[in-house]
Amino acid sequence: MSKKIYNKDQVIAGLVIFIALVSFPFWYNLGKAAPAPKVELTKQAKEAKFCVRPTEYMKAEHMQLLDVWRDTVAREGKRIYVNEAGKRFTMSLSNTCLDCHSNKAEFCDRCHNYASVDPYCYDCHIDNPKEKK
Amino acid sequence: MLELAIKGSKRYYGLLAALAGIAGLGGAFWLWQLDFGLGITGMSRDVSWGFYIAQFTFLVGVAAGGVMVVLPYYLHDYKAFGRITILGEFLAIAALVMCLLFIAVDLGQPMRMLNVIFYPTPNSILFWDMIVLNGYLFLNAVVGWNVLEAERNGTKYAPWVKVLVYISIPWAISIHTVTAYLYCGLPGRGFWLTAILAPRFLSSAFAAGPALLILLCLFVRRFTNFDPGREQIQSLAKIVTYALILNVFFFLCEVFVALYSKIPEHMDHLKYLFFGLHGHGALVPWMWTAMALMVLAIILLIPPKFRANENLLAISCGMVFLGTWIDKGLGMISGGFVPNPLHEVNEYIPTIPELIIALGVWATGFLVLTILYKVTVGVKEEAGA
Amino acid sequence: MESSRREFLKVAGVSAVGMGIGTQPVLDAFAASGGESGEAKAPKMVRGENALTAVHWGMVIDTRKLETAADLEPLIEACHKVHNVPHHEIKRHEIKWIWETEYHHAFPGKSNKYLNEGAEHRPFLVLCNHCENPPCVRACPTKATFQREDGLVLMDFHRCIGCRFCMAACPFGARSFNFRDPRPFIPETNKKFPTRCKGVVEKCNFCAELLAEGKMPACVEASNGAIAFGDLDDPESEVRKLLRENYTIRRKQTLGTEPSVYYIV
Repeated sequence: MSKKIYNKDQVIAGLVIFIALVSFPFWYNLGKAAPAPKVELTKQAKEAKFCVRPTEYMKAEHMQLLDVWRDTVAREGKRIYVNEAGKRFTMSLSNTCLDCHSNKAEFCDRCHNYASVDPYCYDCHIDNPKEKK
Repeated sequence: MLELAIKGSKRYYGLLAALAGIAGLGGAFWLWQLDFGLGITGMSRDVSWGFYIAQFTFLVGVAAGGVMVVLPYYLHDYKAFGRITILGEFLAIAALVMCLLFIAVDLGQPMRMLNVIFYPTPNSILFWDMIVLNGYLFLNAVVGWNVLEAERNGTKYAPWVKVLVYISIPWAISIHTVTAYLYCGLPGRGFWLTAILAPRFLSSAFAAGPALLILLCLFVRRFTNFDPGREQIQSLAKIVTYALILNVFFFLCEVFVALYSKIPEHMDHLKYLFFGLHGHGALVPWMWTAMALMVLAIILLIPPKFRANENLLAISCGMVFLGTWIDKGLGMISGGFVPNPLHEVNEYIPTIPELIIALGVWATGFLVLTILYKVTVGVKEEAGA
Repeated sequence: MESSRREFLKVAGVSAVGMGIGTQPVLDAFAASGGESGEAKAPKMVRGENALTAVHWGMVIDTRKLETAADLEPLIEACHKVHNVPHHEIKRHEIKWIWETEYHHAFPGKSNKYLNEGAEHRPFLVLCNHCENPPCVRACPTKATFQREDGLVLMDFHRCIGCRFCMAACPFGARSFNFRDPRPFIPETNKKFPTRCKGVVEKCNFCAELLAEGKMPACVEASNGAIAFGDLDDPESEVRKLLRENYTIRRKQTLGTEPSVYYIV
């Protein structure tokens, strides 16, 4: 049984174009990898040493934590979070998280920009609760 | 079979390009709407659904109308309709594409659309509407495609296709029933709070859908080598006639109940639509036009002699389509919102961007329809040759 | 309830649950912080200690004490200010949580041809009725609007898709839609409360956020005693006392939605 590709030239040209298009993001960004950003802690945050949960957990899972917070506050009316150490926090992005991390630009944004995520939290939640106008 | 859609005349490609152009323009305005919000439309806190949802409601009817060719063929073995069932099913697909797009452009947060699936809520009629509309789209796509493919290959479609056909018949009734239930189960809206809303929706659907199908059959006959057939068109015309009479009858029942009981919550909406209320009457000329069109169409459709004249029939069908469109696509939705629950009159008039987006959706639907009909006609021409 | 518990365990409790089997980094971080005698407890979420609770929140508005538009103005202002309700100039974009209207608009079915002076000329406050059988909750396809156990009908703005079915369903016109970004139109932002974004529906929330802190709703606070707020289920509550002593009416109660807002006329 002879094996033959019909329209060989077109098929190969098509494959090349396809692969080039699919791999576009990789070679376009080649050599442009940005170093991971350093986030800055405010004085208040540094002094606190401990966030709501351990730092490692917060780094990796803060979005899940916030997701649970928003459902619990908005839907169940429970607004107080008691962590492992028994410390109480009001579950509020603007009034608790950003009260301590009042430098959103150097803390939240830096990492979000690096990871190219654009959380819509700040469409509604005030992003600078401490700033005096 | 899809290759049949890319082998066409210049005129075919011209039509596709024109429709794509209008759809693109609508898409551009939709991007603007996404950026600004629904504030670019004429809707308000009093009339919170407008032109988009009205088009959606009307088009659900057109989609359901497709069953009027499927039912006689598969349930009553009316052989003649075998020639055009595909046309009915593909019309339903195009109409459903428009329905879903109209829902999408009406959402304030379309990117969260999947919340309807993530948080399924069976007590919401909108949840069921999503299920029946997508289900009907699926049924028609699978059935239509398989039947057409079998026809092309000169074989008979698989037995399971027949099962789907039988499911699709009551399903067609369900899509418009559920759509009516969106409105008629709301406690504070006297205009919609009527058990006859679903039957009325269905009757207008079975007039508007087949009327459009007749016009499409005439178009196909004129511009292609496939003739859907004179008997087929005449049978459809009878369906249009009876459905239209029922629609007007149901409407008159509605008018009687509202005007004879004189209960303000029911009467005032009709007053607003046909006579104006507190000096507001933007829809008055439209509503009378719709009534005139439908009554005139009945007069032109009942005598067999008139109906048999295909030129006259085309005009009648145009009038049916336009009349039912005004009735449902303009009056039905804003009429229910004016006066508002506090009995204040705040009118709704669609804005230009809103109309362009709506036109874009219609163009997208007709683009889908053109392609599907091109494939169908291609298969039919091959079979005829 | 069960699902939220599972969600909670899954998300927040990963480390706590894992601790028994020894999830190292988390355990270390925890030990370093000096937890209570090294005993690991799962985090939990609770109501605030001062939170006001009720079986069925309700409101009684004594319209005799709110004679003129000037009497209502501060109440409306207080509500709209604390909740960052925008002031849109274009009427069709308008958003309102609580507003004034005339008797025959507030009570279209009860509009007698000849009314007493008070009802005829007095302005009436209207707001969400927090119905016992809310049609809006029935209509919502995502449970973005829902009824809490204490009777409050609330909005979860995160979940709302902006279909506006709830607005069609509400027989009181209590709901508004954000036809555009509200932020530029908020005269003075209350930084403690979120704004909304374009494309979601909003309405009065009976000040759920204030009740959680042990405070009365803003309009009640601003009303100088003209509005009473309390537990309709408690026969000893102030609202029940008022309902016993005065003849009251509710908006469109023939529709069976059972509004929780009563009016002394």
